[in-house]
Amino acid sequence: MSGAGPMGQSALGTALRYGLLNLLAVLVLLPFAGIVLAALHPAGAQVAGAALPDRWSWENFALAWEAGGFGDLMRSGLIISGAVVPLTVLPATTAGFALGVLKVRGGRALSLGFVLGLTVPVELLVIALYYNLREVGLTDSYTGVVMAEAALFLPFGVYWMQSHFSGVPRELVESARMDGAGNATVLWRVLMPLSGPAVTTLAVLVFMWSWNQFLLVLVMMQDPSMRTPPTGLGLFVGRYGTDVPLLAAASLIVIAPIVVVYLVFQRSFVEGVTRGAVKG
Amino acid sequence: MSEGAPAAPRPRPARRSERGPRAGSPRPGRVGTGAWPYLLPAVLVYVGFAVYPAVSTLQFSFLDWDGVAPPAWAGVDNFLRVVTEPLLGRAILNALLLIVFFTVLPIALGLVMTALIAGRARRGAAFYRVVFFLPQVLPLVAVGTTWRWMYSEDGMVNRFLGAVGLGDHARAWLGDENTALAALGLIGTWCMSGLCMVLFISGAQKVDAALHEAAAIDGAGPARRFLSVTLPGLRKEIGIAGVITTIAALAGFDLVFVTTDGGPAGATNVPALLVYRLAFNEGDIGAASALAVVLTVLVAVFVGAIRLLTREDA
Repeated sequence: MSGAGPMGQSALGTALRYGLLNLLAVLVLLPFAGIVLAALHPAGAQVAGAALPDRWSWENFALAWEAGGFGDLMRSGLIISGAVVPLTVLPATTAGFALGVLKVRGGRALSLGFVLGLTVPVELLVIALYYNLREVGLTDSYTGVVMAEAALFLPFGVYWMQSHFSGVPRELVESARMDGAGNATVLWRVLMPLSGPAVTTLAVLVFMWSWNQFLLVLVMMQDPSMRTPPTGLGLFVGRYGTDVPLLAAASLIVIAPIVVVYLVFQRSFVEGVTRGAVKG
Repeated sequence: MSEGAPAAPRPRPARRSERGPRAGSPRPGRVGTGAWPYLLPAVLVYVGFAVYPAVSTLQFSFLDWDGVAPPAWAGVDNFLRVVTEPLLGRAILNALLLIVFFTVLPIALGLVMTALIAGRARRGAAFYRVVFFLPQVLPLVAVGTTWRWMYSEDGMVNRFLGAVGLGDHARAWLGDENTALAALGLIGTWCMSGLCMVLFISGAQKVDAALHEAAAIDGAGPARRFLSVTLPGLRKEIGIAGVITTIAALAGFDLVFVTTDGGPAGATNVPALLVYRLAFNEGDIGAASALAVVLTVLVAVFVGAIRLLTREDA
């Protein structure tokens, strides 16, 4: 096949290649194996390396759940991400349609305006977001965090949907126009039925970014029960930093939901990020 | 954003779409008010919650303000502090050093793996992709808590060193002024290497096999073919990887916050951490904003340079 060198086909070469791949896979997974084992030691115990616990202490998960208030955190996380996904994906879809299919005066400038937002670090926004939104009572509010996150992810969303719609064959739109279809019909009846994969990828990425968002939530939510699981974990470390089993259990609680989503939608994740998604 | 993905949608020739539509139907080629309802929601949210705060932060950077008392005009004093105060300068230097670990090492590792593997390890490819990509989707806070323990005195890193007879070198890696920044950086290497590998290996598969064959006929060995055929074909992917990882290195907050909080003795301070501390713990909003502005410019310069260097037609 392509580029088969003198060694390329040999059994030795193949064995070495898979050996290397397996070694790297182990290096990636080792820390997880480590904290799973650590989480199963009795709470408060000293955990040495990858030692097996004397007794499997499943109760750590319940203890960490209680100590970290993860019931509230999970609920807030779901409320925030559950609102951010539609509030990013819908405006991004209609704007991507307007910029990619309809011709708008100043459309190119507008696209550029969104693209510029792709590399703006959240640090630039968070100071003014806090002090401005404090004035209007939108700190310690789901609305404030949700709108801020939607604004943070919209540049990628608009870029993504615009390039998706630009790639749809022009003839489809034109023949619908011939039949007298208006903009709404073209978007919802003609283009959207073809846009499932693009929208799914965008929704999955936005969910991940929103679920994992830390600094914005840390700053904008002073009320501990309205924070998200990663934010709760960040503060949990300060209080229980020396209790390795408890901290490990809390980390696994925070990791679990996103890993499940990842395993279900892994193609969408990889496709989205390899096509240039930048974390907001 | 990334140069290679169909960034700015190709402009369609307007004339073509103006041909033919019946009277009465909205004409796709015409500039109309019809598009604005579709644009408005995105534009309003973006301007209200991203553009406006960005401009506000820029304004704050010229003020002396504690967030409570009325602000006073400070001119460029805050920016002078960013370049003269050792604490702030050191944080920027640290962020630049992190690029070595977040960007240079993962891209190098990704390229080596691509050279060794590309196209010749198809069995189990999906499994390896899922595993190598995993660190990308995890909340960095949880990655941080995991590695805090890996690096602790009793942690796996020291146990491993003991097991291979290097126990004398064991230490609390994140607590030692000499090793903390590198230890932090290696967490970034762990996170980003898989991303680079997945990107490059999938990119290399798209390189035309005929080019390889032509090069082989010309007598080019495997190394030579990688350098002159595969590598140029990966320009776009290297650009994407460079942008994503450099932003993570320069503007990262979460990982530092949970692992070292800037310590020991400021050895791992980074701009994002100081922006947070100045703005929300010390009430020095002017300096925090100036640092955030400098950080944004730094990111823009690096992203611009990477995109310029990895342009397909360069």
